[in-house]
Amino acid sequence: MFKKVLIANRGVVAVRLSRTFRKLGIPYVVVYSEADADHPYVKEADEARPVGPAPARESYLNRALMVEIAKETGCDGVHPGYGFMAEDPIFAQMVEDAGIRFIGPSASHIEAMGNKVKARELMAGADVPVLPASGPVGEEVSDFSAYIDKIGLPMLIKAAAGGGGIGMQRIFEADKLAGTIDKTRQLAARAFGDGTVYLERYLQEPRHIEFQMIGDGKGNVRNIFERDCSIQRRHQKVIEESPAPSIDAEVVGKMSDILVNALAGWNYDSLGTVEMLLDHDSNLYFLETNTRLQVEHGVTEAVTGLDLVEAQLGIAAGKTLDQVLPTDISTSGHAIELRIYAEDPVKFFPSTGTLNTFSVPDVSGVMTETHLAEGGVVTPHYDPMLALVIAKGETRDDAIARSIAALEDFAVEGVKTNIPFLLNMLRADVFRDVRHHTTLAEQFSKTAA
Amino acid sequence: MARLEVKSEVTGTVWKIEKSVGDSVAEFDDIMILESMKMEIPAPSPADGKVVEILVEEGVAVEEGQVLAIVES
Repeated sequence: MFKKVLIANRGVVAVRLSRTFRKLGIPYVVVYSEADADHPYVKEADEARPVGPAPARESYLNRALMVEIAKETGCDGVHPGYGFMAEDPIFAQMVEDAGIRFIGPSASHIEAMGNKVKARELMAGADVPVLPASGPVGEEVSDFSAYIDKIGLPMLIKAAAGGGGIGMQRIFEADKLAGTIDKTRQLAARAFGDGTVYLERYLQEPRHIEFQMIGDGKGNVRNIFERDCSIQRRHQKVIEESPAPSIDAEVVGKMSDILVNALAGWNYDSLGTVEMLLDHDSNLYFLETNTRLQVEHGVTEAVTGLDLVEAQLGIAAGKTLDQVLPTDISTSGHAIELRIYAEDPVKFFPSTGTLNTFSVPDVSGVMTETHLAEGGVVTPHYDPMLALVIAKGETRDDAIARSIAALEDFAVEGVKTNIPFLLNMLRADVFRDVRHHTTLAEQFSKTAA
Repeated sequence: MARLEVKSEVTGTVWKIEKSVGDSVAEFDDIMILESMKMEIPAPSPADGKVVEILVEEGVAVEEGQVLAIVES
């Protein structure tokens, strides 16, 4: 195992990782920017090192300084957490080149899955279903009828050079296609200097289902059940659960086999998550792969009793899958995770300030992980996550009831939080009856506004 | 003619200023984009009119409620 590990991250995930390091008796080092020096987890760490001023690009994204700190403190492992440099192949390689283990997949896996077009091709080549798409459509193309036959409606027009949803248009009627492609091309040419677009099938009100995968780099890969993360705002998850409720076990089982084969074929060598969309006819389609620990890994841990970070560490230290996981893994009960964000519960605008009151819930079956305490300051520099609340019940209804009790018991003053939004969602029939989908949160927001 | 204040809805930094003094704007046109907690937050014009003052620069920190620009309507 490791002698000492650097946590190259901050906030809730730094707290989460330190929990496992303490359990295993592995000394750990945390880094902190000027904005984070006063958090309890920084003071409680075995060692803490400053990593620069508040802006992330000068601190938590400073690759060279992070490697330097790992060397100086004598670490033989670096855990990137999630976010920041967790999916940065250059950082992963720099850590390895310094003779330190990067606790995550090899840089080549991070790179392959980080390129959306390449990842889609790799998945399609391994029999993973992908949504019908056109490939790049150059500016010389003017007859689109073949695409309507191939892709079907509704479809999404995207700028090939774009990202983050910029210039994305939805098409529901065939006669709107040519005009909208023209408009997207002009927009893309202006914004990215390239008018190339591509077309993809658009799924209406799908569910987000993701598969927790783990491989040891020796050809062994397993799937540790699935999660439903359909409640999202601004394309970010807010409620996640495991197992996925009311889902065809045969569909999930078949996909699990396909994904295990695919990742084994590439010799995948760490934790990873394959995200998919589920349509109304029980078809799953590839969305993307996250080559890291997921924020919502805690719901999988709650129902399986595993410590996924411990398994990830073991693999990074050279162990096989059999050595880090029990032969039989089963689930018991149902777990729900609630992401507590500092933001307006209707408009989802971020909210900053000092936490005059911060009292985490005391409810049986509920665990809260947070880097904050009363008097703590929520700054505009990083993501708005204040805490993760994980509720475990015997059934989904029980887990929902505990979630509601926990949120009612969570007292926060000084910043606005999304707790009222989460409570509305948990109490809504559409969520309780499993008719939820990825655009439900935005619809809620519109009704409330 | 009314002078209308464009206020920041969040504490954060000015990411991108989209309009200049003298530009005509329609209601809801973004005058600038702010950044807070890794989110882009637009600062839209409150009415049809003309931008008469820009009170911040790209990259500076702003407080919730701070006046960012003036639109004459």
